[in-house]
Order: sequence, then C-alpha cells, then structure tokens
Amino acid sequence: MKVGVIGIGITKFGERWNESLRDLLLDAQLRALNDSKIAPEQIDALFTGNMCADSLSGQLHVGAIAAENLNINKPSIRVEGACASGALAIRQGIQAIESGSAEIVMVNGVEKMTDVSTEQATTALMGAGDEELEGFNGLTFPGLYALLAKAYMTKYPKLNRELLAEVSVKNHFHGARNDYAQFRSEIDIDTVINSAMVADPLTLFDCSPITDGAATIILANEKVSKKMNTDVYVTGSGLANDSLSLARRKTLTAIPAGKIAAEQAYKQSGILSQHVDFAEVHDCFSIAEIMAVEALGFAKEGEAYKLYQNKDTYFDGKQPINTSGGLKACGHPIGATGIKQAIEATVQLRGEAKNRQVKNAEVGVTHNVGGSGATVAVHVFRKIR
Amino acid sequence: MFRESPILRWRNYNDRYRLKGYKCTKCGKTYFEKKGLCECGTIDYEEMDFSGKGKIVSFTEIHSGPEAFAEMAPYCIAIIDLEEGARITGQVVDCKYSELKIGLNVEAVLRKFYKSGEKGIIHYGTKFIPKF
Repeated sequence: MKVGVIGIGITKFGERWNESLRDLLLDAQLRALNDSKIAPEQIDALFTGNMCADSLSGQLHVGAIAAENLNINKPSIRVEGACASGALAIRQGIQAIESGSAEIVMVNGVEKMTDVSTEQATTALMGAGDEELEGFNGLTFPGLYALLAKAYMTKYPKLNRELLAEVSVKNHFHGARNDYAQFRSEIDIDTVINSAMVADPLTLFDCSPITDGAATIILANEKVSKKMNTDVYVTGSGLANDSLSLARRKTLTAIPAGKIAAEQAYKQSGILSQHVDFAEVHDCFSIAEIMAVEALGFAKEGEAYKLYQNKDTYFDGKQPINTSGGLKACGHPIGATGIKQAIEATVQLRGEAKNRQVKNAEVGVTHNVGGSGATVAVHVFRKIR
Repeated sequence: MFRESPILRWRNYNDRYRLKGYKCTKCGKTYFEKKGLCECGTIDYEEMDFSGKGKIVSFTEIHSGPEAFAEMAPYCIAIIDLEEGARITGQVVDCKYSELKIGLNVEAVLRKFYKSGEKGIIHYGTKFIPKF
C-alpha cells in the first residue's frame, strides 16, 4: 500500500477562546490546502475525526461543516471512535483512495473543548468508556488509566513513580520545541510528582490537558503523489478493537488491541518494530505511553522502564517517542490528535522538525487509542524517494 | 443530561440492586450485566446470583469526579474479581484508601450512587466494603 501525504495543516493547540469549532477546522483546512498547493475542487472526499462536538458544542453533522468551509459539494463524513477518531478518519481516507473511489482526500480532526467546565468535559470524555459498567460508578478517564497503572506497577515494580514521571518530563521537553504545542515549558520530575492528585497514582502532570485545536492532512493516490513530488507515504494501516470496559479485558497490564493493530500495520508495510525510527504514541496518561511502547514492540511487556531510565525516548535518543510533545505537552484536542500524529510523522520525514528533528528519519509510526484501549489504530509512514 | 434520565437506569435495577449475573449455559463463564456473545461464541445465558464476595484486582482514588459525583470526591474505585468468576467495577467504601491493596477481600453492599438533579430520582447500586 502506498498513499501519499501531499499536504499538512495544523492550528496552534491550546485554549483558543476566540475561535469556534468551525473557525479551528477552517484554519487547519486552509493551511493544508496552502501546503499542498491544490484547490478545494480537486478534493474528492473529506473525512473529519471528531468525538465531542455534540456534547460540548451542541453541534453534530461536522462533516457538512468541513465541506461548507471550502464551498464544495463533495462527500464529507464525520468519523467517531472516541480519542482514536482522528486515526479512524485517516484510515477511511486511505480506504477511499485504495478503493479507487477517490484520488485526493482531505482528512481533518477537530475538537473544541474549553467552552465548558472541567466537570462537564470529564463527563463527556467518559463517553469513551463503558457508561453502564464504568461511568455509572463515578469512574473517570484518569481513573481508568490509574487502574491500569496500579495493576502494571504492582506487577512490574521496576517502573517506579520517578520513571513514570519521566514520560511527562520528556514530552514537555519536546513540546517546548514545537511551535504548535499547548505547553512550551520544560518541567522536572518533582513538578510531576508534586502536582495535584487526579486519580492515584496519576497526578495532574501525568494527564493530557483539555485542548482546542484542529489538524488536516491531504492524502493522494500514488499517481497524484508522484506528480506532486511528495516523498512521504502511508504504507501500513492497522486497526483492532477490544472490550469497552477494563473489567472485561483479558489483561490489565497491557493494551492488547495496540499489539494487534501494530502487527497488522508492520506486516502491511513489510517492516519490523526495529525498523521504526520514531513514533508518535497515545500518551493520554503517562502509563499509556509505557503500554504503547510495549505494544509497538520497542520493549517487552514490563521492560519499557529501561528506555526511560536511559533517556532513549528523546528526539536524539535510540527510540524517539512523541517528538511533537505528545498528548501531554502538545495538547489533546481529541478528534485532532490522530491527525496531529500524522503531521508530526510527515514533518519528521520531510526533515522539517528543526530543533527536535530525528536524524535520518525514514520510518515513523503513529499509534492512536480510543477509550482505555477498546480501539487502537496504528499507521506506518515512510520516506520513499 | 442522560444522567438525569429517570428511566435510563431502570433496565439495570435487577442486576444492580440484587447483584444478579448471567452465566453461559455452555462454558459456565459468568458476567455482571448482559454481554453479547460469550467468549465461547454462544449466546445462551441463565440468570444467577452473585454471593457479593470478591477480591480487589486493581484500585484507585478519584480526586476529580464527573458532574454527578464531583462533591463525593475523593472516592475509591476498584476492579474486583467476584467469587463466581465475573469481574466487576465498583466503589469501595467505609474504609481509608491507604488500607486498600490488591488481593484484599471485599463484600457487596447496596448504596446510594447519585441524585439526578434537584428534582430527579436517587440512583442506587452495588458498592463494596473491605473484609479485613
């Protein structure tokens, strides 16, 4: 499979008081069009990842907004798979191209989250979990990942509190080097450990923030991509699901769907985990990055702590992870996150990541999780000249 | 919005008030709340009663709760393996968080969950207390 990335566009992530859902989406769309040098009429279909526009803005039908923004009467569909909505939209875009029904596809992701209170956002986000089995008990998203963290750190005590905090410290280090990131400041381990408790053992700095933002990529088939002189291609797409609730999973110390999705994407791409130069993974909570690193095969289960002990996951380390700053520092506008990951992969492969550039980057992977692991999508991006 | 609905939870009263479960008639696996196909691939369940006894598999303390639970925080939630095999999520009450650990025995109790707004009904369900 070879689907080219011919354009990218991203808004600044953060608290964007002056911009609406529609404004943010338009901003990303126009930036991507400008980057690709194509005209709106050349787009054959649009897919937009969005999770919460209905519960946070009272707005459904986001697909129509994406087409209206560009004044085109093309097929435009909203895609929802909780926090994995962005990667699911990319997968829909890829499949539209692979099927031959489209030559050029615009894939957007958008979320407007700061118009409501934290309690209201917490309630809306819990829609990604099992409402009957988990939400009814007062469980929250930090709570779900705290349950995973407690189980994991009890079974694998070598991942201690300090090493878990290293995930956020490293992501802030990268975020400080990304113009589009919500948080541009470096932090230390003490900041993480001493911040307010959210759900034991996870503190505020173990958790990704509430963010406004949008991101867009434009995909094209091989013929068009060659004509546009792109050398960044998606070569593998994996998607797997699992039970909505943690209590019905086979394990609490790993996210099995991540491993299945990675195996599919690697196989389709003809690569192994050791060929991956860098990865953008779903660190909605620090423990999630640990489990992602293991799901992607960079460490065996229970051994990811070593990568953090040796500081291997920095952009200039042996296994760079989340050079964008991840969800933690770059921000997590839910539907836009999967698209932002694809943009960071593209920026790295183009060699445009400036002071966070991974040397000789040829193969990048994106890993986007919905809920507490009920949906995981993995994509492989390669530089092909 | 939905948490204020007086009928949303009605369908689960039997399971939640009496801690009823569903047992696969083919492989014997038990579930709290109805599931689609069983892990063995069949969909033939019989109702059963859980004893309410179980062990903590993982636990946390929530400091920042969603709307309906915000004023209850901090509160403890655990994933519990029930004696009959099913795994259930529930709050653990009448104890200090520092007393909880993985493997601790707990027992089910019927407790208040939350009130659906000012005029709404009060929701009840199963919580757990430690058995030291």
